[in-house]
Amino acid sequence: MILTVNHVTTYDYDAPMGAAVQSLRMFPSRFEGQRVIEWDVSVEGGLRGGSFRDGAGDRIEGWSIRPPVDEVAITVKGQVETFDTSGVLRGHRELVHPMAYLRETVATWIDDSLAALAEEAVAGATEDLNRAHRLSAAISEAIAYKPGATHSHTTAAEALAQGEGVCQDHAHALVAVARCVDLPARYVSGYLFATDDGTPHEAAHAWGEIWVAGIGWIGFDPANKCCPDERYIRLGSGLDAREAAPIRGITQGSGEERLHVTVALDQVQQ
Amino acid sequence: MLSRTAENLFWVARYMERAETMARLLEVGARIALTPSTGHGYRSEWESLLQASGTADGFSEKYGDPVQRNIESYLFFDRDNPSSVVSCIERARENARIVRTAITGQVWDTLNTAFQEIRQIERQPRSEWEITELCEWVARQSALLRGAMDGTMLRNDGFFFMNLGYALERADNTARLIDVKYFVLLPSVEMVGSGLDNYQWQVLLRALQSYRAFHWAYGGELTASKIMHFLILNPASPRSLISATRKAMHHLDNLESFYEVEPGTGLPQMRAKAIMTELNQTQVAEIIDEGLHEFLTRFIGEVGQLTALVQQTYLSGDAR
Amino acid sequence: MTEYFNEMFDGGQVRQPYSGLDGWMREMPSELRAMKQAEAEALFRRIGITFAVYGEGGDPDRLIPFDMFPRVFTQPEWRKLERGIKQRARALNAFLLDVYGRGEIVRAGRIPARLVYQNDAYERAVSGFIPPRGIYSHIVGVDLVRTGPDQFYVLEDNCRTPSGVSYMLENREIMMRMFPQLFRENRIEPVDGYSDALRRTLASVAPAKCDGEPTVAILTPGHFNSAYYEHSFLADLMGVELVEGPDLFCEGGFCWMRTTEGPKKLDVIYRRIDDAFLDPLCFRPDSMLGIPGLMDVYRSGGVSICSAPGAGVADDKAIYTFVPEMVRFYLGEEPLLENVPTWQCAKKDDCKYVLENLSELVVKEVHGSGGYGMLVGPKSTKEQIENFRHKIEDNPENYIAQPTLALSTTPTFVEEGVAPRHVDLRPYCLVGEKVELVPGGLTRVALTEGSLVVNSSQGGGVKDTWVLAE
Repeated sequence: MILTVNHVTTYDYDAPMGAAVQSLRMFPSRFEGQRVIEWDVSVEGGLRGGSFRDGAGDRIEGWSIRPPVDEVAITVKGQVETFDTSGVLRGHRELVHPMAYLRETVATWIDDSLAALAEEAVAGATEDLNRAHRLSAAISEAIAYKPGATHSHTTAAEALAQGEGVCQDHAHALVAVARCVDLPARYVSGYLFATDDGTPHEAAHAWGEIWVAGIGWIGFDPANKCCPDERYIRLGSGLDAREAAPIRGITQGSGEERLHVTVALDQVQQ
Repeated sequence: MLSRTAENLFWVARYMERAETMARLLEVGARIALTPSTGHGYRSEWESLLQASGTADGFSEKYGDPVQRNIESYLFFDRDNPSSVVSCIERARENARIVRTAITGQVWDTLNTAFQEIRQIERQPRSEWEITELCEWVARQSALLRGAMDGTMLRNDGFFFMNLGYALERADNTARLIDVKYFVLLPSVEMVGSGLDNYQWQVLLRALQSYRAFHWAYGGELTASKIMHFLILNPASPRSLISATRKAMHHLDNLESFYEVEPGTGLPQMRAKAIMTELNQTQVAEIIDEGLHEFLTRFIGEVGQLTALVQQTYLSGDAR
Repeated sequence: MTEYFNEMFDGGQVRQPYSGLDGWMREMPSELRAMKQAEAEALFRRIGITFAVYGEGGDPDRLIPFDMFPRVFTQPEWRKLERGIKQRARALNAFLLDVYGRGEIVRAGRIPARLVYQNDAYERAVSGFIPPRGIYSHIVGVDLVRTGPDQFYVLEDNCRTPSGVSYMLENREIMMRMFPQLFRENRIEPVDGYSDALRRTLASVAPAKCDGEPTVAILTPGHFNSAYYEHSFLADLMGVELVEGPDLFCEGGFCWMRTTEGPKKLDVIYRRIDDAFLDPLCFRPDSMLGIPGLMDVYRSGGVSICSAPGAGVADDKAIYTFVPEMVRFYLGEEPLLENVPTWQCAKKDDCKYVLENLSELVVKEVHGSGGYGMLVGPKSTKEQIENFRHKIEDNPENYIAQPTLALSTTPTFVEEGVAPRHVDLRPYCLVGEKVELVPGGLTRVALTEGSLVVNSSQGGGVKDTWVLAE
């Protein structure tokens, strides 16, 4: 599948601000499931900083804008050819030891309910792959997709208690329960191309990856009850949403910030 | 040099000068309080002093009515008052400690010793100290610091920034002191030229330790216009507005040449030069025409703008 | 009753290294001693070398007590230590490079993966990044104790930003000023080459993108920090700027200092702040101390940070046990310095042993420092021991235990004259283009009679440390 992406993120301020600094993780991962045809990330009026690939295989690029800053506009444009690898992150070069993904974070803190859910889901299952699938299914079951029910700081435990949430909550909950049963897991951010079959979706999307010894990292998308396929574009990963965020930025000053995002994914007809 | 380092040095000098001004203000008050013509029917001089020092609100919140003892405590010792002598000396010393390596051992010693001594003074019962003694102590610390700077510091940007701090603070403070005299101390306009008026001028001269200098420079009777000339326009007077402005200009020039910038092109210089040119062309009669208070308010505003330009150009680190 | 090794007296005999001090000590009248002590204190206060203890409040201008009685090593003693310390510093750096790379030592099964990768100090953000010359820890402080003429143990390693080196330098300055004749009569190796060596070390790890003479600066949390004096002292000695977070900004892939003449590019940062506060974009988002974007500049090779973020995983108390293994694995050598035998309460058998022998052991928190959260069994009351037993039982993974070492003593000036007090030693090993060690270090002394805790936050003092020339 060939997908085109047009993604514009704008932060504007009600008062002139000091300098803005951004760390962007908005470049498609390199693995067998996707091949970049063209890709361009730019920040309006910004200065490009250093760029590098980190130990987890993500490409990161720094940007800054000199003061006074009224607006920060980040534009991503590109075309990617995607392939279905049944969720397996094959051919992805990375150095970080999977065990480094067993750490908890505030957003993925395990409470009694998450622990109970994890235990119940894997009861009787011995194979890691099987356990991973069961965990993902259990999260899909336990948290219903409902936009607006949660916010960006909702934790996995809170989302579970509420029983509803969005892809961020599903992904948080999944990595939390996986770590709970000693399976290394991480949060992945990317894009999802929506087909017309009526499945709930968000074009800017997030899911989880679980480490299965002998196979490697495998993606699970509890929000859509599947493993990532050719409709997905993978950007970057981290312990939780904050770490995997495509955009991390700071703008100095005390002005009120407003965020505006448009994402368009289209399929190029072949 | 780091912009922050320059800023710290600039403030060491400003705080020391401010401490001295505060002490001098206290001295003015103490002397005026000793004259028989005060009291009855007039606003309390002490309250005027508080207003002049910009600390009236803070004081009344803490103490209520202006009582001499409390005012002395507030202006000299109180840490709640950011302009008190103790606060100023502590901040001067703290700014110096931050940039300890940008100043000489002697300069540091002077500030550190002043800081240690004032802690000693604080520990002793207040009754053991005459306010004039304390004020003299402050003036001495300030003189020691200037001497240590002159005697030991390299003539580099750090030295120029400190002197710039001194000059700008002094320009501002002297203008405020003169303004106190005219606008605040004198009970009513009708009293201009009266005995009380002249007496207050004398006190001001004394407080600025310029009484004898004035007589050497002018001789004869004290008149308001002579004193105004002395304190505003006479380049021979070390505390006059024109001297302070000239000193600021001099050190801005030094900075330009130190940084090898084309002379006279910096925004602060141009502003300093404009203030200087105006002072050069001003006569006392014109100041009286305009109104002393109005003139001083304008001058204080201009010095404020000049300080802001220095901040932008050198101290903020945002200039490119 | 434990026998403690006295570094000066062997029975009634004066040991050879201290022979130059015997006369000095005996001939010093007590008035002179008191005078000199007051003089030293005045000098310390004058130069502003003061120390504030973290979180204790109180007087921020407190002095660390200075004991004028020097501690002495002979050349052969020192050479042995030097070799051992350099070996250890090399191994620790090899370990760091490895665990942020392919992790061979873990693959080889020599260190459990969990201890490394689940360690809080393991910084995923720098994995895969190779700092200039492959060095993570540029200043390694190795804490040593002595228990006999030839017996030294490493108590712990400090790979992040070991502090105290300013005391090593100032103690020497003050001793030379007060007792010049001692330095004429004894041939003592100088330590004042440290600042030049440090500058060379830092400059030698400038990033590849730096052309020409690298600009170096020290990054301090600010003038409220207890070690601020040391930061400004070192900056001054090296002739480099002392910067705070707000003095720096990132742009165009480089890090810049705000100066009175506009932005100036910075190549090497000797940071004295923790990883967590370096860059709010990468670590703690609420940090006001950091420089946004610094980690991106660092990882794309625009600036060097010393020590490298993530270096802390090598000096963790749980990793400590494996340092001898690192020496064997990476250097193919036998370790020259011994570790103190350590029981990990995380291991069931160890924990059982520890709980059964609490009154004889020293128990420490895995992540603790500064002598806090520590139990010295033989010096503790029954009640203190019982309290600690509960803590260990509640959270065994948080504790390690070691035998109570018979720390050596050196003569120390006390109220009544001269008396033996326990000491340790922290030399500072520099790792850059070369691995260097100035002959000396910081000797810390437990001033309270019988105390084995030398931390300055717990009533410890400092001494000048001599290495005799041959």
